[in-house]
Amino acid sequence: MTLASLLVQLLGGLAGASTLFLTSAGLSLIFGVTRVVNFAHGSLFMVGVYTAWTAGQWLRPILPGSAGGFWLAVLLSTVVVAALGALLEVLILRRIYRAPELFQLLATFAVALVLRDGCLWLWGPEDLLGPRVPGLTGAIPVLGMPFPRYDAALIAIGPLVLGLLHLVLTRTRFGILVRAATQDREMVSALGVAESRLFTSVFAIGAGLAGLAGALQLPREPANLGLDLPAISDAFVVVVVGGLGSLPGAFLAALLISLVKAACIALGTVELGGFSFAFPRLTLVAEFLVMAIVLVMRPYGLMGRAAAAPRSLATTLPAENAAGAPGRWPWGLLVVGLILLPWLAAGSPYTTVVLVDVFCFSLFAMSLFFIMGPGGMHSFGHAAYFGLGAYGAAIVLKASGWPMLWALLLGPLGGFAGALIFGWFSVRLSGVYLAMLTLAFSQIVWSIIYQWDDLTGGSNGLTGLWPAPWLSAQVPGATANAAYYLLTLICVAIAVLVLRRVLDAPFGLALRAGRDSPQRAESIGINVHAVQWAAFCVAGTAAGLAGVLYAFSKGSISPDLVHVGRSIDGLVMVLLGGVEALAGPLIGAAAFTLLQDTAGRSFDYWRAATGVVMLLIVLVFPQGLAGLFRMRRRPSTT
Amino acid sequence: MTGQATHSTLSRTVLLSVRGLAKSFGGVQAVRGVDFEVGAGELLALIGPNGAGKSTCFNMINGQIRPDQGSIRLGNPDHSKELVGLTPRKVWRLGVGRTFQIAAVFGSMSVIENVQMALLSHARELHEFWRPARAQHRAQALELLDAVGLADQATLPVATLAYGQVKAVELAVALANQPRLLLMDEPTAGMAPAERVALMALTRRLVTERGTSVLFTEHSMDVVFAFADRVVVLARGEVIAQGSVTAVRQDPRVREAYFGSGRLT
Repeated sequence: MTLASLLVQLLGGLAGASTLFLTSAGLSLIFGVTRVVNFAHGSLFMVGVYTAWTAGQWLRPILPGSAGGFWLAVLLSTVVVAALGALLEVLILRRIYRAPELFQLLATFAVALVLRDGCLWLWGPEDLLGPRVPGLTGAIPVLGMPFPRYDAALIAIGPLVLGLLHLVLTRTRFGILVRAATQDREMVSALGVAESRLFTSVFAIGAGLAGLAGALQLPREPANLGLDLPAISDAFVVVVVGGLGSLPGAFLAALLISLVKAACIALGTVELGGFSFAFPRLTLVAEFLVMAIVLVMRPYGLMGRAAAAPRSLATTLPAENAAGAPGRWPWGLLVVGLILLPWLAAGSPYTTVVLVDVFCFSLFAMSLFFIMGPGGMHSFGHAAYFGLGAYGAAIVLKASGWPMLWALLLGPLGGFAGALIFGWFSVRLSGVYLAMLTLAFSQIVWSIIYQWDDLTGGSNGLTGLWPAPWLSAQVPGATANAAYYLLTLICVAIAVLVLRRVLDAPFGLALRAGRDSPQRAESIGINVHAVQWAAFCVAGTAAGLAGVLYAFSKGSISPDLVHVGRSIDGLVMVLLGGVEALAGPLIGAAAFTLLQDTAGRSFDYWRAATGVVMLLIVLVFPQGLAGLFRMRRRPSTT
Repeated sequence: MTGQATHSTLSRTVLLSVRGLAKSFGGVQAVRGVDFEVGAGELLALIGPNGAGKSTCFNMINGQIRPDQGSIRLGNPDHSKELVGLTPRKVWRLGVGRTFQIAAVFGSMSVIENVQMALLSHARELHEFWRPARAQHRAQALELLDAVGLADQATLPVATLAYGQVKAVELAVALANQPRLLLMDEPTAGMAPAERVALMALTRRLVTERGTSVLFTEHSMDVVFAFADRVVVLARGEVIAQGSVTAVRQDPRVREAYFGSGRLT
């Protein structure tokens, strides 16, 4: 590695930092003022990439070969995405500002699903290659190494936009309102500022910044449907590292992360004392490592401060009493029915196959609910424990050659071990910061699994994970997978019962106490962190068991098990069912798995359909599906 | 700075002894060299204008804030225990209960579960994972609720109660570990006059029965003069007077500290 190549890598990092900063700045502005964590922000970025492509196509015949055409397309897509943002704010977000934080997340996630399928419908599944920018093609020499001209332009754009935003925020009346609302939105509204207009315009500006970032990214990266998730997770990391609501913080964080990544690539494989380490491998986790380190050292990010606590209790806390749950009889009947099902459904063998998925995800969702509902800890990386369980079992089976039953028993310990380590850090944070740290940990797990070829099979995963012969044998008169189906059913039923029992026990009460009022809990002798940590471990073990059962039902596993997408699926299941009732996660998991299975097989736009269903639930039945059932039974309660 | 301490009237044994307590936040010296004592079974009011350092003193005794200097000793002088450096939960385990200025209860639980939670913690049964909590310490919880007049509301969600009743729940929770000392931060803030008198009369009766000492801060002077055995007056982080209610009422420095009103009543 020469000095010149290091420099070029770092300059490339700076160019990447610019678009990263633009996306993150929008997210940060929106969060600061509206307190909504906008999960659809990555989708707005993606829409920006696509609209810039289309605008470029339109403008090319009109302004052939001129740089003006490109910049006009960038401007156009910024405006289009800003308008889209304003539309979303007016149609959806405005209705849920008073809803609990998690419903807002769910709603914006639903919007992300709809936007993704919207792009699929409008632009098709093929990658669309962006134009070269006239006047900015080719490279300039940096110490004799070529450096793309366009990247040099990008390096200038980031600070330019930061300066412009800074001017708007400090010199204009609008900017003062935005800053005031970021500090204390209730006070701003009490002073007579029309909240709705302020929120709509801030949302439009934030969306516009995402659109601008997307449009600028087009010459570096073709437009494709996989852009949204990486964009949102990168932006989250930057915003959290920089401190929620702080633009200079976001700029600093974008620089830091991009430069760390670039440095990892530039360093290459380093030999140290006979031990070689490939730094480029770290790029997959670099940002999450940076985030984990920053959050552990500065819980509110580099330049963030604790936000003003809301004065009124906007939402009264749910009371998840046993009285609200159905009695034992319906559950008992359901389990008996499910036990008989392999024989009843012998004609349609697929039924029990889908139901094994439903069971696994029910336990996964229940374990997430365990820390999210009563614990109040919103884990965004719950798939880590699911995956650690699955990989734990697979490695026990493959490496040791022990029988499958041992793998089944030991696998969940993988989830436990992960929760033991990650939980210790996570319980020290709360709210969005906790959510992001758990996300970071799951990404780290993902990249370790993805890269450790010798142990995990890398991106190919591990195959040949079949249950013991007696569990794959044909049961007379039943569906093909009846034996394994029954094993899963029994394991999941017992695990769910245990989790419920623990929630009803003094430990569960203490967990709720720590969520309701940490101050009161500490002042009656409850070690809130210790209780939360233990809850993390219980939930991690249960999620691990779900992962083990899932792995053996599929016969193979891949790093996809740990992907952010699966963590989000878990969140959606819990929220879909409603966080207020113990039955919620089970109902939510069943509904989500069945919906995904049927819609996914028969309908190209199943994501959009799921999104629309989710939006309906959030806007019409904010208590989730379980709440809907309760409303029917006790129509008088409010 | 110690004021005219009338220690001679304090014939009972000392339960809490605060010596040279000091704390500054940035450049602001919130509390500077505060000394006072709470006697066993005594109701001591800590009063003073806004910003006098009352809450800071409270939070230091409770363990929420660590003092820069000074000592806080609990128990009679022969074998007392230093509270400085302990966390709130350790302070609680030594027998110091507390209520908050804005009542802090467990909003998702029923009234009785709030009390059961404290009883479970007192019995060190928090890490029990199996037996249902709702059956545990029920009789004792009902007894406490009966004492604060909430036996009929035991199964209601605490979120449905009126604020005065929530304060009573907090009192029952604070008494659950049979504290030697009860810290009450503005116990009657935000309550109607009749409710104030009722709550303080209840507190007085319960602590007398149990032999608990009470240290409370209060802005409402009728409450202070009607219920305190002794008063400590803070101003700008220092004790400017302490003694019986009558003595403090007539102290010119106290009047000066509360300037604007020539008289305290």
